[in-house]
Amino acid sequence: MKDMDDQPPRTLPIQSATFTNPINAEIRRAAATGIYDIRGGGAKRKVPHFDDLLFLGASVSRYPLEGYRERCDTSVTLGTRFAKKPIELDIPITIAGMSFGALSGPAKEALGRGASAAGTSTTTGDGGMTPEERGHSSKLVYQYLPSRYGMNPNDLRKADAIEIVVGQGAKPGGGGMLLGQKISDRVAEMRTLPKGIDQRSACRHPDWTGPDDLEIKILELREITGWQVPIYVKVGATRPYYDTALAVKAGADVVVMDGMQGGTAATQDVFIEHVGLPTLSCIRPAVQALQDLGVHREVQLVISGGIRTGADAAKALALGADAVAIGTAALVALGDNDPKWEAEYQKLGTTTGAYDDWHEVKTRRA
Amino acid sequence: MQTYDLEADGLRGLNSALQAQQNATNQTSWEVVNPKGSHAIAVGLDAPIEVTIKGSTGYYCAGMNQQATVKVEGSVGPGVAENMMSGQVIVDGDASQYAGATGHGGLLVIKGNASSRCGISMKGIDIVVHGNIGHMSAFMAQDGNLVVCGDAGDALGDSLYEARLFVRGSVKSLGADCIEKEMRPEHIEILKDLLDRAGSDAKPEEFKRYGSARQLYNFDVDNAAAY
Repeated sequence: MKDMDDQPPRTLPIQSATFTNPINAEIRRAAATGIYDIRGGGAKRKVPHFDDLLFLGASVSRYPLEGYRERCDTSVTLGTRFAKKPIELDIPITIAGMSFGALSGPAKEALGRGASAAGTSTTTGDGGMTPEERGHSSKLVYQYLPSRYGMNPNDLRKADAIEIVVGQGAKPGGGGMLLGQKISDRVAEMRTLPKGIDQRSACRHPDWTGPDDLEIKILELREITGWQVPIYVKVGATRPYYDTALAVKAGADVVVMDGMQGGTAATQDVFIEHVGLPTLSCIRPAVQALQDLGVHREVQLVISGGIRTGADAAKALALGADAVAIGTAALVALGDNDPKWEAEYQKLGTTTGAYDDWHEVKTRRA
Repeated sequence: MQTYDLEADGLRGLNSALQAQQNATNQTSWEVVNPKGSHAIAVGLDAPIEVTIKGSTGYYCAGMNQQATVKVEGSVGPGVAENMMSGQVIVDGDASQYAGATGHGGLLVIKGNASSRCGISMKGIDIVVHGNIGHMSAFMAQDGNLVVCGDAGDALGDSLYEARLFVRGSVKSLGADCIEKEMRPEHIEILKDLLDRAGSDAKPEEFKRYGSARQLYNFDVDNAAAY
């Protein structure tokens, strides 16, 4: 006892909030390989999100509807500004664009079947339109992307809407990288590229620059499709007020705003975590831009990036959005990162809920 | 011959009339007068018709063309024949930026000069430029042939995939991963056919061929300086 009494009190080991174990591991990995990490998913850091908001329920001053008895209309129409055939959805929750290549044919088919059963739309992605998703989606939005992989006018004419992708929340201003492991014969052929190479998806459109050009590009797409279908403009959230205003100026029917929690198949981790804005913070500026231009509800706003639950969707709508889009949540519903596959994730050196290196594993595909 | 006055009757009427033509149409010959630099003229066509535009056009003339032959008796703005799938587009004058961008097929002939990014991201289209082309042409070009009877600007073929580039004159500089390659007999044959179809009397033997060194096909730290 005497010896211990002689020891002065010691501090506990304190982990640095700056040099955390994950940060230190990344420094060691970077030093060993000399190059940045590429991963999928969206921002994993904690950012302000819908959990930080609460609804005020009905009380003396507000009148509630009877649950399970009184009708609550959830339908929404997208593309009422210029398109002759706007998209009418039974629910304000759509399936976000995800590439064929990142997703397999059966996954695309499953999303199409589910969305059609729920009365909503799915969206193509980089790599073009597949028969699986066109065949099984009653309403399909065709993405018009910088890479133009698989882009052809026959598919354009089959679309129920066109989404011009300027950027996405996971990597606003950045292109994509579909690593060679995922380039099957079919993916390579659709993209007109050799099999097995790492496929760079361009970061900017090859034939237009800025909002004035975009206006002319939208004119061209409308002329090709006879002004029939809505044209969406999707932007990664960075300057939501001005990007929304410029999309409206360029002639968009719908603005899709994607926050930084939105996923990607693969890009630099540093880009995913350090570029963009949290989804929550971009909704009000986007709504404000629409209101200032007098087109709120005439040009619809779709919000995406980390929408997980009905509560998230309802909060986005309460903030002024017309609909939301889900991507990661739809993949989780299909079984992605399901703990029942924990043993397999362990073999990959990871665990369920954390896996984000889909591009590094050869997958079976149709 | 059908004649359409674009100034008097408007763009929508022109494109809807041209897009309505079927493969068996009797109205195979069209003339567009007073184009006055308008955008998106004769876009989204899909029938074996011939459209002659009597003057210069704005952006995206003959965009996404299929089967049709579109002739422009003037110059064209940015993105002529963008994403063309098949058919022919022939420009008597000069072309602005991004001529033939992302084209999957067909033949684009520019009898004057083409500006920067000619053939950007091309995916199978053949492009013949009688004059010169600007900088960053054939950037990320994936497939098809770009033939230049004059000179090429800076950074030709940067990040090139499998497209073939043929230049008769000088090349100011080559882009990342683009190198000069041997001109073999099969390339002479490709070139001869394209020059014939494009109405050029240039000799295939006068051209040099450029293609991808294929060193950037897989992401590698040793290539960091090239990215």
